[in-house]
Amino acid sequence: MIERIAAFGRLGLDTVSSFGRSGRFLAGVLGGVPRPATGFPLLMKQLYAVGVLSLPIIVVSGLFIGMVLALQGYTILSDYGSEAAIGQMIALTLVRELGPVVTALLFAGRAGSALTAEIGLMKATEQLSSMEMMGVDPLRRVVAPRLWAGFIAMPVLAAIFSVIGIWGGMLVGVDWLGVFEGSFWGNMQSSVDFVDDVLNGMVKSVVFGFVCTWIAVYQGYDCVPTSAGISSATTKTVVYSSLAVLGLDFVLTAVMFGDF
Amino acid sequence: MAQRTTEILVGLFMIAGIAALLVLALQVSGLSPKSAESTYTIYANFNDTGGLTPRGRVSMAGVTVGTIESITLNKETFQARVRMSISSDVDNIPADSSAVIRTSGLLGEQYIDISIGAEVESLKEGDTFYSTQSAMNLERLISNFASGRAGN
Repeated sequence: MIERIAAFGRLGLDTVSSFGRSGRFLAGVLGGVPRPATGFPLLMKQLYAVGVLSLPIIVVSGLFIGMVLALQGYTILSDYGSEAAIGQMIALTLVRELGPVVTALLFAGRAGSALTAEIGLMKATEQLSSMEMMGVDPLRRVVAPRLWAGFIAMPVLAAIFSVIGIWGGMLVGVDWLGVFEGSFWGNMQSSVDFVDDVLNGMVKSVVFGFVCTWIAVYQGYDCVPTSAGISSATTKTVVYSSLAVLGLDFVLTAVMFGDF
Repeated sequence: MAQRTTEILVGLFMIAGIAALLVLALQVSGLSPKSAESTYTIYANFNDTGGLTPRGRVSMAGVTVGTIESITLNKETFQARVRMSISSDVDNIPADSSAVIRTSGLLGEQYIDISIGAEVESLKEGDTFYSTQSAMNLERLISNFASGRAGN
């Protein structure tokens, strides 16, 4: 009994100390002033790995999500004879919610897990410690470019996702189901506000990008340097990122759109 | 991969992102460069605003001329006071015009329609509409109708 309570307490202490370490880790990464000459090519390489290579999955899922939204929305809206509102439904859903959230979930699965595995393997093969021996700060050399790349790539991916989704919705709604194109765009433009909807969606995706990459690089950096440790760290990255994204999405939505 | 190819691909990626944001701004949210045009503020008091919301539109003859800024309760008269900003281009609304709350379509959103008066003088910054017509409340209409029939 006493042992159980002790184990429970240890779990709590471990969790709290892990939060503390991740905060110190973040301060260490962001605290170092990046040198443009060496930092920029590293950032480019990571932007390519994290951003450009994530494009196919983002584009394809955005297209299908937009098409499904149009089909489902049409079924419901046509009951009330207001199919023309399909444009605003698709645009608001994508720009406010689905764009940032689904992109972040895909991003955590596609890029976050790869980041964790990569850094974890570097740790397991002692590349990180050999860098330290050579006087190179691994936080600055390995972790910082990845963190910044995720931070920059995520809003770009979310914007592309939303646009592709709206285009997919238009394909189904206008070209297939026969909603009048003028009222499709007109309703959308009269109900979507640039600052309240589009920019708030962008703010969401910036926050999600930051949280997802932070969790990914921290889990990799902090993992137990064995193959089992790397595998559990990768799992943790995907699980924690998804939970953090969905939870934060609720909080951000309540703050941004709560007064309506 | 060669450093240069990577740079070009990342550059294309960033350009795609900026283009997507532009599409969202111009095509989806209908943001036009003249959205920062100058406006003036006028007020209207209603007995019942129904489902009117801030950011709703104010229109004349079906053309949108302004937006609803805020809806507050006047504690002395217990009326709703609606503050709206009208585009400065439309500076000749006759002073005896009335503000009417209408619904677009059967179930659509509510908006303020300005029905034009005949006065030569026009409404200026800070003026209030003399006459207003509150939202048509379908429920009240039906209950009036039902009780009127019961009276017969």
